[in-house]
Amino acid sequence: MPSALINVPAKATRGETIEIKTLMSHPMETGYRRTATGELIPRNIITSFACRYNGVEIFRADLYPAIAANPFITFFTVATESGKFDFEWIGDQGFSETASAAITVA
Amino acid sequence: MRCARAIAVAALLIAAGIAASPLPATEIPPAARRSGFSFMAPGTQAIQNEDTANPGMLWVLDGETLWDNNANPAGKACADCHHDVGASMKGVAARYPAFDPALTRPVNLEQRINLCRTRHQQATPLAYESHDLLALTALVGKQSRGVAIEGGTDPQLEPFVAKGHALFMQRQGQLNLSCSNCHDDNWDKHLAGSAITQGQPTGYPLYRLEWQSLGSLQRRLRSCMIGIRAQPYDYGAPELVQLELYLMSRAQGMPIETPAVRP
Repeated sequence: MPSALINVPAKATRGETIEIKTLMSHPMETGYRRTATGELIPRNIITSFACRYNGVEIFRADLYPAIAANPFITFFTVATESGKFDFEWIGDQGFSETASAAITVA
Repeated sequence: MRCARAIAVAALLIAAGIAASPLPATEIPPAARRSGFSFMAPGTQAIQNEDTANPGMLWVLDGETLWDNNANPAGKACADCHHDVGASMKGVAARYPAFDPALTRPVNLEQRINLCRTRHQQATPLAYESHDLLALTALVGKQSRGVAIEGGTDPQLEPFVAKGHALFMQRQGQLNLSCSNCHDDNWDKHLAGSAITQGQPTGYPLYRLEWQSLGSLQRRLRSCMIGIRAQPYDYGAPELVQLELYLMSRAQGMPIETPAVRP
């Protein structure tokens, strides 16, 4: 089972700009490399990442073969209300992972 | 006459100087030792400094799952004997490679984990550089973060440290270089734009951006041997363990950084 590291501040004041950091374990195989015997290694990458804040999408990224293994994606958002961030990674070969983190906004 | 006496005095001083110093002239004095961390760009250092940005922590997370896994013939998880990894494994990595009385030779942390698997879990040993072995090694190594390295202090290890030292000094490969030629004599210079560094083993297993993966100290040593166009020793070869042991004794007192990040 692939593991993910999520860094969301546990607490924030309303209107504060917060940084969200995510690290997902994934080989990000480009599809251009060959084995020692010359066979093409099939592409296996994460193709999209999305973050929802209490159900509303606040960030989305498309990923391509030039992105390194174990993609580290960080972005900023404004803390508006207490609740939950849901993260979703979708990729080749049926890859689909989710994670979530809670935040208390005072 | 006076000239001859001056030469004799100088010769005596040189002889006394050599005899008084137990280390060869080329070795790095303790105060000048630097972890590979200090050679890195601030951006790479930032990746290592924060656990949620350090990809090596992904292996540590997987190691935590494996620690509690008892799916083996003996039905015993690591945690069944060693309990809380944070308590039982603190400082362990700082003492490895350690002497194994049954094998009468030093074993490194990866080999110790595999010996535990075969002796106590009746399981098959994990392959070198396999995800699971790296994950368990990273988990155990991380518990020693900040602990001063005390490798090679066991008197039983003395002959093996000496063999490792001899290998470190031995010129080899088509380029006819020894480890010492770069990592003792030229560590403050660059090779094709990259810092040479002192070859301190403080952060293994570590995440190398070039590998896009975690890797062991043996992987690093083998890469170096390929770089000097020598035939690398096989994973687990006694020579590689002796080299690891010498490197750990050379780094005595430096803090463990596992899982480190390197470019």
